[in-house]
Amino acid sequence: MSRHLGGRLAASLAADPDIERVIGVDTVPPPRELRAGLGRTEFVRADIRNPLIAKVIATAKVDTVVHLNITALPRGSAGRASVKEMNVIGTMQLLAACQKSASVQRLVVKSSTAVYGSSSRDPALFTEETEPRALPRSGYAKDAVEVEGYVRGFARRRPDVSVGVLRFTDVIGPGPDSLLLRYLRLPVVPTILGFDPRVQLLHADDALEVLRRATLSDRGGTVNVGGEKVLLLSQLIRRAGRVPVPVPAPGLRIAGQAVRRAGLLDFSHEQLRFLEFGRVVDTTRLRTEFGYTPRFDTVQAFDDVIRSQQLALRIRPALVREAERGVLDVVRTVAAVRGG
Amino acid sequence: MGDARVIPLHGDDGSRRPRPVPAPPPEPARPDPGPIDPELLAGDRPDWERKLAGGLAFLRRRITGDYEVDDFGFDRDLTEHLLAPPFRPLYEKWFRVEATGLQHVPDTGGALVVANHSGTVPLDAVMTTLALLDHHPAHRHLRMLGADLVFRTPGLGALARKSGQTLACNPDAERLLSAGELVGVWPEGFKGIGKPYADRYKLQRFGRGGFVGAALRTRVPIIPCSIVGAEEIYPMIGNARTVARLLGFPYFPITPTFPLLGPLGAVPLPSKWYIEFGEPIDTASLDSDGADDPMLVFNLTDQVRETIQQTLYRLLLQRRSVFR
Repeated sequence: MSRHLGGRLAASLAADPDIERVIGVDTVPPPRELRAGLGRTEFVRADIRNPLIAKVIATAKVDTVVHLNITALPRGSAGRASVKEMNVIGTMQLLAACQKSASVQRLVVKSSTAVYGSSSRDPALFTEETEPRALPRSGYAKDAVEVEGYVRGFARRRPDVSVGVLRFTDVIGPGPDSLLLRYLRLPVVPTILGFDPRVQLLHADDALEVLRRATLSDRGGTVNVGGEKVLLLSQLIRRAGRVPVPVPAPGLRIAGQAVRRAGLLDFSHEQLRFLEFGRVVDTTRLRTEFGYTPRFDTVQAFDDVIRSQQLALRIRPALVREAERGVLDVVRTVAAVRGG
Repeated sequence: MGDARVIPLHGDDGSRRPRPVPAPPPEPARPDPGPIDPELLAGDRPDWERKLAGGLAFLRRRITGDYEVDDFGFDRDLTEHLLAPPFRPLYEKWFRVEATGLQHVPDTGGALVVANHSGTVPLDAVMTTLALLDHHPAHRHLRMLGADLVFRTPGLGALARKSGQTLACNPDAERLLSAGELVGVWPEGFKGIGKPYADRYKLQRFGRGGFVGAALRTRVPIIPCSIVGAEEIYPMIGNARTVARLLGFPYFPITPTFPLLGPLGAVPLPSKWYIEFGEPIDTASLDSDGADDPMLVFNLTDQVRETIQQTLYRLLLQRRSVFR
């Protein structure tokens, strides 16, 4: 809960008078800027990889567990191995604890649309039922697939617990850090030559609202959560005023390995595939059955981030407009002089 | 190992509400000059100036990313202003395409155009798209279904999506058709486009009839489309199978001019083209469960195939020569 989304969810739940008690669990205490809003939230410093979590659930008679700790972002200098350990082993421990607990009635898991992978052979939009042609084989996406597998196993063993799985697209907003923002903040943005993937985004405010509603409802099943509309990666980079550098796929693969070793970014095989084929999901179920339409679509969400100045624009739209005017004026003047 | 210790973060006053994170102050940007005055583009300006302004506006939209693409990656702005224009001379002057039966294509709503495939390079698909975009009264965009090889190929894949194509699979076809789009499919696939010159105008197998299933489920009409002329642009007299296998292509064409004359071989022969859109085959009156009835699907597939084959024979009889 010490990350952006977890902290804000705890804060909004703590503000709800119908909820008796909110307990947040994380390995590090929430940072100062989040702490202010947390209200009556209690905090347990524990690692979900550790059986201590069972004790927390038992002693506090927890009835709803929201599992947000599946992440692509290494914390600090932690490498990929420890992220994977946190994602997969942590989930197993947490589910084991929930299974033992008599009080748990509701489990919400934040997963990712990365479970669909990306390939040239998949339909343009993934529904919750689409069987992906190429399952992710590495990195965060594979963690998410494994986590969902364990969650399905849990749901089978504890049919009395309603389990909601939320598959989020890339969450973006003025607050939280994300892989996409780190990628766009690179001095120049490497893209794959000859490919322009479609990107779908979810605004952090909408992500928060979906999590809050999922926590309070008892609707089971899997839901894709993403904003409407799509942006192409090239368009995203242009809107952010960044400079793309198309690199042939093999070159980027080698560069990716170097970056990964240096621990700057988790530039895995799956992310490279994403940079080739992209991924868009169908959000009909979110809007009709779950009953929530995101307030921001992909374009609005991204513009909101640009407005918040998390990305330094290298090429400003105003400048381009000025240039456009300039060229027109010059040509007109020249034409007028020659004509007159 | 210590006990699970619950640490309250604040006194339990419960009165604190979450405070929104204060937004950073708005950037003290230079005043945006805003879009070009429409008045400046008004009629009294010379024509070249308006064209220049239009071109510059297009360039500005591209640089700032100010355009929309749909869920499939279709970029209307790019297609209309950059991708389609270079093919117009080819359509008007080189192949002198005569498109007939355009009235059979509805102005609005979903419909499935099914056509024969030929010519080694899928120029027939490009010409059909132009026929519908330029010469149909409603200027409809044809959303084509392509093989996954297209989307896997660098450059081509991105271009295909931007020009409105998507993967030939039932979910995509049905999604487009139910959204009221005009969908184009070339069910012969590589078997049709890469067939030897000796087999010209002989329709190949029509896939597995997946396109008929999609039309049945979405209850849209099927419009058979027959294209004459495309077979002769690159007469394929041989197929270098080993080269094709090495490169991962379904075929590697040998024509009288390619690879003999190198890049010159890429110039298509100027055959005279006819594109005829046939009478729509109604599916709305059929049961939508029909898609699950293999016999009905096979029969409809055959009906579409026969219609196209007969039209091809008729058009071939009518034409005076390949090039006139």
